[in-house]
Amino acid sequence: MQEAMIKRAVQLLADGTVNRVMGWKRGEFVYDITPAVFTTAEELEKDFVCDDFTQANLSKYLVKESRKEGKILAFLKPCDTYSFNQLVKEHRIIRENVYVIGIPGGPKLDIEKIKAKGITGILSVENENYTLKIETIYGTETMPFSEAVSGKCSGCKSKKHVAYDELIGDDGEVLDSNRFDMVAKLENMTSQERFDFWRGELSKCIRCNACRNVCPACTCENCVFDNPKSGIDQKAAADSFEEKMFHIIRAFHVAGRCTDCGECSRVCPQNIPLHLLNRKFIKDINELYGEYQAGADTTSRAPLNNYNADDCEPSVVHERGVE
Amino acid sequence: MQVNENFKPVIVAFCCNWCSYAGADLSGTNRLNYPANVKIIRVPCSCRVNPMFILRAFQKGADGVIICGCHPGDCHYTSGNYFTRRRITLLYSMLDFLGIERKRTRLEWVSAAEGAKFASVMEQFVSDVQKLGPNRRLEDLRCRKQ
Ligand code: SF4
Ligand code: SF4
Ligand code: FES
Repeated sequence: MQEAMIKRAVQLLADGTVNRVMGWKRGEFVYDITPAVFTTAEELEKDFVCDDFTQANLSKYLVKESRKEGKILAFLKPCDTYSFNQLVKEHRIIRENVYVIGIPGGPKLDIEKIKAKGITGILSVENENYTLKIETIYGTETMPFSEAVSGKCSGCKSKKHVAYDELIGDDGEVLDSNRFDMVAKLENMTSQERFDFWRGELSKCIRCNACRNVCPACTCENCVFDNPKSGIDQKAAADSFEEKMFHIIRAFHVAGRCTDCGECSRVCPQNIPLHLLNRKFIKDINELYGEYQAGADTTSRAPLNNYNADDCEPSVVHERGVE
Repeated sequence: MQVNENFKPVIVAFCCNWCSYAGADLSGTNRLNYPANVKIIRVPCSCRVNPMFILRAFQKGADGVIICGCHPGDCHYTSGNYFTRRRITLLYSMLDFLGIERKRTRLEWVSAAEGAKFASVMEQFVSDVQKLGPNRRLEDLRCRKQ
C-alpha cells in the first residue's frame, strides 16, 4: 500500500497535477506517525509512511493548505473523507485546490494498548497474520492484533469514501456499527450514577486543548476558549464547574457537524471518552430529528441550522425513563 | 430526599421581549403573584439564549433556569424559536446525560396575553426546583454565597 501511494504521489508531482503532497512521516519512535507535507520525490521516497499506526486525519490541515498556491494531494481514509466533505460544505476547504486519493482505512493500532501489556522499549512492530511481532530492546514479544486496535477504529461507522478524485485499493460500505452502545448504557443509569461517571472522567482533563486543536469541526479562527473574557481560556479548570463548562461547550459547538471521526478521543492524553459526548448529540439528533450523518454529503442542512414546525418540545428530556 | 421548606431557590428566567416579558408584565398589572425569587433577564428573542448563558446562570448561583419564548409559529423573527427548540432540547438532554437534575431546566412558550400562564408556570417551576434543593452538581464553588 505504502509503495503504491508513494509511486502515485511521485507521478502526480512529476506531471504537475499537484505541487505538494500531504501525508505522514515518522517521528522520534517507529509508532509516532505525524502529518507532513512533501514537495519532492526524494522526500517522499525517504520519509513517507502509511502503516498500521497511521491514524491522523489530514482534513483539517487542508483548511490552510488549500489556500496556498497550487494544488495539494491528500491521502484520506474513509472516515477522513467525511471530515473533508464537512469542511468543503462549510467553505473551509477550497475543493478545487485539493486532489484527494482515497485509501483503505483501519483497523489501526494504538501504541498505548501495546504498552499497557507491559511491553516497553519498542523498536519495531510487525503484523504477521494478525499477530503482532514486537521487537524491543529486551527481546521479542507477541500479542494478538485485535487487542491493540485503536478505540477510534473499534466503533467504525463506515468504510466507504464519500469524497475522492481517485482510489487506491477498494471502496467499502457504510457499517452497522455498535458505536452508540456505551451512550445507551449511560442513559440507562441513574442521574447520580451518570454524574459520578462524568465527574470521574472530566476531572482528569488538564485543558491541553488537544481535543479542540485536532478536531476538523473546530476551525474558528477566534475560538471562545482563547477569549480571555470567557473565563475558561487557556487554563486548567479551577473547579468542577469549569470542567463541565469546557466539555459541554466543546461538544455543543460541534453538535450536528461532528462526523464522529474519533480524533478528539484519540489525542486526549488523559483518555477521556470525549466521543461519548459527541455521540450523545448524534444519537439524540438521529432519534429526535431523523438520521443524520455529518459529512456524508456537501449539500444537506445541518440539523441545528434547520427545523420542522412539528419538532418535539424540550420536555421530551424530562419525560424519559430513568431520572 | 429531604425537602427544606425554607429553601428559596434562585430561578433565572430568560424571557423574550415580545411575548413572555410582556406576559410577565401583564401578570404584574393584573396583580397576579408569581414568586419573587424569579429573576427575569430580557432577551430580544428566545433564540438569543446561547447555551453559555444557561451555564453561566448556574455558575453564578441559579438553582433553576427557564427559557420563555413566543409560541412556535409566533416568533417576532419568524423562526427564531424553532431553532431555540432544537438547540435547547439538545442542551437539556446533554445536561441530563452529565447527571444534572433534569427538573432544573425548562422551556415554556408564553405569549404576551398569557399573564396568568406566566404566573402559574413560574409557580410550578419554583416548586419543582425547591424540591430538588440547591444546585450542587453544576455550581461553581467560588461563587457560592454564605
Ligand atoms: S485533549 Fe483531553 S485533557 Fe486535553 S483538553 Fe481535551 S479533554 Fe482535556
Ligand atoms: S468532535 Fe471529535 S469525533 Fe467529532 S469531528 Fe471533532 S475530533 Fe472528530
Ligand atoms: S421573538 Fe419571541 S421567541 Fe423569537
